[in-house]
Amino acid sequence: MKEEEIIAARRSESWREELRKSKKNKERTDIPRVHMNELDAIYRSHSRKEEVNLGLTAEQALLEAQRCLDCPNPACMTGCPVGINIPTFIKYIEIGKFLDAAKTLKETSALPAVCGRVCPQEKQCEAQCIHLKMKKEPVAVGYLERFAADYERESGQMAVPETAPANGTKIAVVGSGPAGLSFAGDMAKRGYDVTVFEALHEIGGVLKYGIPEFRLPNRIVDVEINILKQMGVKFLNNCIVGKTISYEDLHEDGFKGIFAASGAGLPNFMNIPGENLIGVMSSNEYLTRVNLMDAASPESDTPVLIGKRVAVIGGGNTAMDSVRTARRLGADRAIIVYRRSEEEMPARIEEVKHAKEEGIEFLTLHNPIEYLGDETGHVKQMRLQKMALGEPDASGRRRPVPIEGAIDAIEVDEVIVSVGVSPNPLIPSTFPGLEVSKWGTIVVNSDTMQSALPDVYAGGDIVRGGATVILAMGDGRKAAAAIDTALKG
Amino acid sequence: MNKIVSKEYFSPQVVKLEVEAPLIARSRKAGHFVIVKVGERGERIPLTIADANREIGTITLVIQAVGNSSKKICALNEGDYITDLVGPLGKATHIEKVGTVVCAGGGVGVAPLLPIVTAFHEAGNRVIVVLAARTKDLVILEDQMRANSDEVIVMTDDGSYGTKGLVTNGVESVIQREKVDLCVTIGPAIMMKFVSALTKKYNVPTVASLNTIMVDGTGMCGACRITVGGKTKFVCVDGPEFDAHQVDFDEMLMRLKAYN
Repeated sequence: MKEEEIIAARRSESWREELRKSKKNKERTDIPRVHMNELDAIYRSHSRKEEVNLGLTAEQALLEAQRCLDCPNPACMTGCPVGINIPTFIKYIEIGKFLDAAKTLKETSALPAVCGRVCPQEKQCEAQCIHLKMKKEPVAVGYLERFAADYERESGQMAVPETAPANGTKIAVVGSGPAGLSFAGDMAKRGYDVTVFEALHEIGGVLKYGIPEFRLPNRIVDVEINILKQMGVKFLNNCIVGKTISYEDLHEDGFKGIFAASGAGLPNFMNIPGENLIGVMSSNEYLTRVNLMDAASPESDTPVLIGKRVAVIGGGNTAMDSVRTARRLGADRAIIVYRRSEEEMPARIEEVKHAKEEGIEFLTLHNPIEYLGDETGHVKQMRLQKMALGEPDASGRRRPVPIEGAIDAIEVDEVIVSVGVSPNPLIPSTFPGLEVSKWGTIVVNSDTMQSALPDVYAGGDIVRGGATVILAMGDGRKAAAAIDTALKG
Repeated sequence: MNKIVSKEYFSPQVVKLEVEAPLIARSRKAGHFVIVKVGERGERIPLTIADANREIGTITLVIQAVGNSSKKICALNEGDYITDLVGPLGKATHIEKVGTVVCAGGGVGVAPLLPIVTAFHEAGNRVIVVLAARTKDLVILEDQMRANSDEVIVMTDDGSYGTKGLVTNGVESVIQREKVDLCVTIGPAIMMKFVSALTKKYNVPTVASLNTIMVDGTGMCGACRITVGGKTKFVCVDGPEFDAHQVDFDEMLMRLKAYN
């Protein structure tokens, strides 16, 4: 059956028909969109790990689910990179079958509790919601997704997705971030013998080292990883494909297909004077120390510098994660320094809102040009070029141009550079025959995610350069379908 | 989890561990390093691989107990496990026949120098090793160096063994007596800085193997960055070996104190 037919068949189940009839659309659209319950802003700005978003109560979820019109052509699904059957899971919530809702999510998503927290739904499923056409706020698909996934986890009755009988075909996954996990889940469902190789000591990739606990607790990630383990996926940490074992080793060990999802490894710097002073570091380093190594805990052996006046350079989600972390670790001033205006910021609106509530300062239209240090080499001041917005550039955003002679200086004792990442060169440089773009990303067929090496597929940031969790997961799903077709010949 | 199969004390502060790591033993080359973490709350620290045994699947690490994390590793005993061990990392030493190679090592830097000495010697070079230590008891791996090179010059600060003087005195004595085509140096940053300054004076190409602060060791964090020839480089993926004459050792020495 085609996807449209499956959607139609499920929509025409009698319980769905009855549910639609039980309420007029007008009644549904008149219900105001639910607000996420949040931890108090002042309290949370000093609480290192507590989650900011508290989730919906069952009452809130039941009401919000009523807002969904259960459209015949659910546009929301076209906005979901992993193709979650959104109306089905929401309607299960509406009738109180929360576990069935969670099961529906897991049909196509390996990480629903993660996606419910970190997906930019406002740009994906929710951006396609019919409510927007009626000048109403979209159904809170993301909040409902999180609700169903959390409900299932807390119920103690987590369902392990069904897997096809083992087919004995070995598949290797390079990297245990969102692309790799999504791929592993889909392949395990199809009966493959999947091994995920991870370079770090922890499984989860960017979900562990990058995204802070106040947005995505590590225990939530671990629960989702455990489900994959129960589905038969094997994880091997501390193993770097391309270093510890080679492409040839994987062949010798009988792996028939490889999915490269090694992520965006290298932090970009701006190459300005003073950038190597002590106290200036990449957001990758800062967040890895705090998140993966738990460096702010007294029990951790890993050190982290605790700044009182912290500047974070950049306007993306990683910059927001860094600046909000710095605030939580005790910064009196935690400042976002961004060369464009707030309108052009790539960070999610929710992240910017949360940051502001937590007392983060926004210094937009400023660009660092130099860092000055004290006699011990610690950064003490940054010089900033004031900017104005000019004509739109290739990205469609207005280009920031320096205002001649307008230079500010501010005192800082820590600077976190969050101006993007470049792909990890390890896989491209150790897989002979792989085609690599001038940006260092692996070139793939965008329909199948297949690389120039027939048995190597790739997805996530190693292909995209720097994108989102959900796009990486979508790549994993697409690659799994393609590799399955290819192997079945 | 990697089991420690043997432990030997080179001195009260310097320990040699042989650790089970069959995959790394198979894939590592001279110059590579590993990242080691001891305990669930341990720190990830880089250690250069001193030797490996492919047959029994072990690698050799030589560690000096200086900080909290290195002390933890040195406190482990035979039969204990290293919680996390990953590698081999970095680029391998570029080995070729160049003629005469002086290998200058100080402190525990002597340990990772051994595979480089051996590899250059096997490639047909005349290899002269300069081993430096504060005092006689701290001279390590002398016999192994002798077995794999053409000559070993031992320098001690206090003159208790070999010749009294610094590593640079030993290197200079060789350069003054014969043509040296390449110098390789591993040791404390301050030592490498002075070796580099000396060989620059004599125009002897020099490679230094750097050991900086790292977290992941795979290029992800940038904690290890240094300036080489005016450009920022990551020791973990661009190194650990660099043209010593291009390295900004003063900046490196400063950055090593980031968490002191």
